Amino acid sequence: MSAPVVIVGAAMGGLRTAEALRRAGYAGALTVIGDEVHAPYNRPPLSKDVLSTVVSHEAVAFPARAATADVDWMLGTRVTSVDLDAHTIVTDDGTVLPWRALVIATGLRPRRLQLPPIAGRHSVRTLDDAMALRGELVPGARVVLAGSGFIGCEVAATARKLGCEVTVVSPSVEPIVRPLGRLLATELRRRHEAHGVSFRLGRTIAQLDGGNRLDEVVLDDGEILPADVLVEAIGSDCNTGWLASTDLDLRDGVLADPAMRAISIDGRVRDDVYVVGDIARFPNLMFDDVPRRVEHWNIPTDTGKRAGSVLGAWLADDGTYAEVAAQRFTPMPAFWSNQFEVSLQAYGLPGLADPDGIRILAGDIAAEVIVGYFRGERLVAVVGLGLKAALLPYREQIAAGVG
Amino acid sequence: MIKIQVDMALCQHYGQCVFEAPNVFHLNDDDKLEYLAEADDSERDNVEAAVDVCPMQAIRIVE
Ligand SMILES: Cc1cc2nc3c(=O)[nH]c(=O)nc-3n(C[C@H](O)[C@H](O)[C@H](O)COP(=O)(O)OP(=O)(O)OC[C@H]3O[C@@H](n4cnc5c(N)ncnc54)[C@H](O)[C@@H]3O)c2cc1C
Ligand code: SF4
Repeated sequence: MSAPVVIVGAAMGGLRTAEALRRAGYAGALTVIGDEVHAPYNRPPLSKDVLSTVVSHEAVAFPARAATADVDWMLGTRVTSVDLDAHTIVTDDGTVLPWRALVIATGLRPRRLQLPPIAGRHSVRTLDDAMALRGELVPGARVVLAGSGFIGCEVAATARKLGCEVTVVSPSVEPIVRPLGRLLATELRRRHEAHGVSFRLGRTIAQLDGGNRLDEVVLDDGEILPADVLVEAIGSDCNTGWLASTDLDLRDGVLADPAMRAISIDGRVRDDVYVVGDIARFPNLMFDDVPRRVEHWNIPTDTGKRAGSVLGAWLADDGTYAEVAAQRFTPMPAFWSNQFEVSLQAYGLPGLADPDGIRILAGDIAAEVIVGYFRGERLVAVVGLGLKAALLPYREQIAAGVG
Repeated sequence: MIKIQVDMALCQHYGQCVFEAPNVFHLNDDDKLEYLAEADDSERDNVEAAVDVCPMQAIRIVE
């Protein structure tokens, strides 16, 4: 019997890869190893609707499919190292497991403030994180958000909805300005402020004070914010520690080609190691040949399906591998966000726009609007606040590469 | 035939499903999702793909 295909990371990317491998006809042994104890679940609701109601696995679990019923799920197990020559991995209890092919799906972990531990500090990546935070978001609680990205602003909106007093502290000039640009960022701040969220922009957190638990957050300009809860949403780091001894290219995630095959530091493409999801840095020829990591929800699914079909063809050894691997792979980046009544939706990569390439395409910024992001003449992204049906045709324009 | 259910309490009318299964899902002029509750078996793969891409995980194929 040959060794199993091993997928490390039992979240969305790992799940979709497993399903796609089965769809591609691979019927052999398949093991998915994940350090969380929960079966794969959907993360976005953890900062939005689910955080404002009841946080449970049931509320966010991905439905199990018949095709993956015979997968060996090793949950609550962390992989500590891998040997790409010997084709083995080691888990946290010391077990050495062989593999025939390896899929890297270990995603990200939240970056934390470099400050001493104290009760009341939170981050939001996992279901367990959200459960712990939910209990503290009681009416009247004084909540400080460190970071004004999407997750920070979503948690701020949810906490406000739950009756907390909310202050967002961030070194940025506007919330969510890096991904969205100034125009929308300013408008989103205005809407948050209208709902009673306070901002301390251009500021960082210098110190946390309190006895048994957090009582005050001290900013770099000396301002003191009374606080019961601090939520840190200051970005993420890639979970590449277990790959440290390999020769894979680990500069910002794990480098992969458009077939999601891992690439070593000397440029060699591996047929037996794949990378999917938030951790994958790969070129999307819809835009250019620059490899990028894209932390959007559709990426684990699209890259997982892609990796599953290429790896499936390699394992089948039926002469189709080269052809499948050479197929064009240009997933449309898609993301959305809910903050108060704002329902934001985006296609493409807004970050690629020229500094002066952001303009209103339809609607009114103070109500419902579609904003276009241009690199030269070319539309590289659109972001809509509302206007959902009107947004869809722009998706074709981005994919077609026209202005 | 396959039977399709969308939890309209969850659906945010994002229309991602429309791209995967345009014969089944549709956004009307009021930005509201409309869909067929039953579709031919030949639509199964497309609807499965729609299930995957729905951000709210609101779509179910009822077996
Ligand atoms: C609160 C929140 C809200 C979000 N909202 C949105 C949104 O509105 N729109 C949007 O587009 N995107 C959103 N995202 C991003 C989206 O959820 C991610 O892109 C997606 O979850 C990435 O999936 P993944 O499978 O690549 O990685 P992950 O979900 O990070 O999964 C990796 C898994 O691997 C495990 N793991 C790590 N190291 C090891 C190891 N050594 N051994 C074993 N297991 C390991 C981890 O514990 C984890 O379970 C949000 C994310 C969060 C956290
Ligand atoms: S993708 Fe999901 S949320 Fe969006 S319109 Fe379709 S069913 Fe509704």
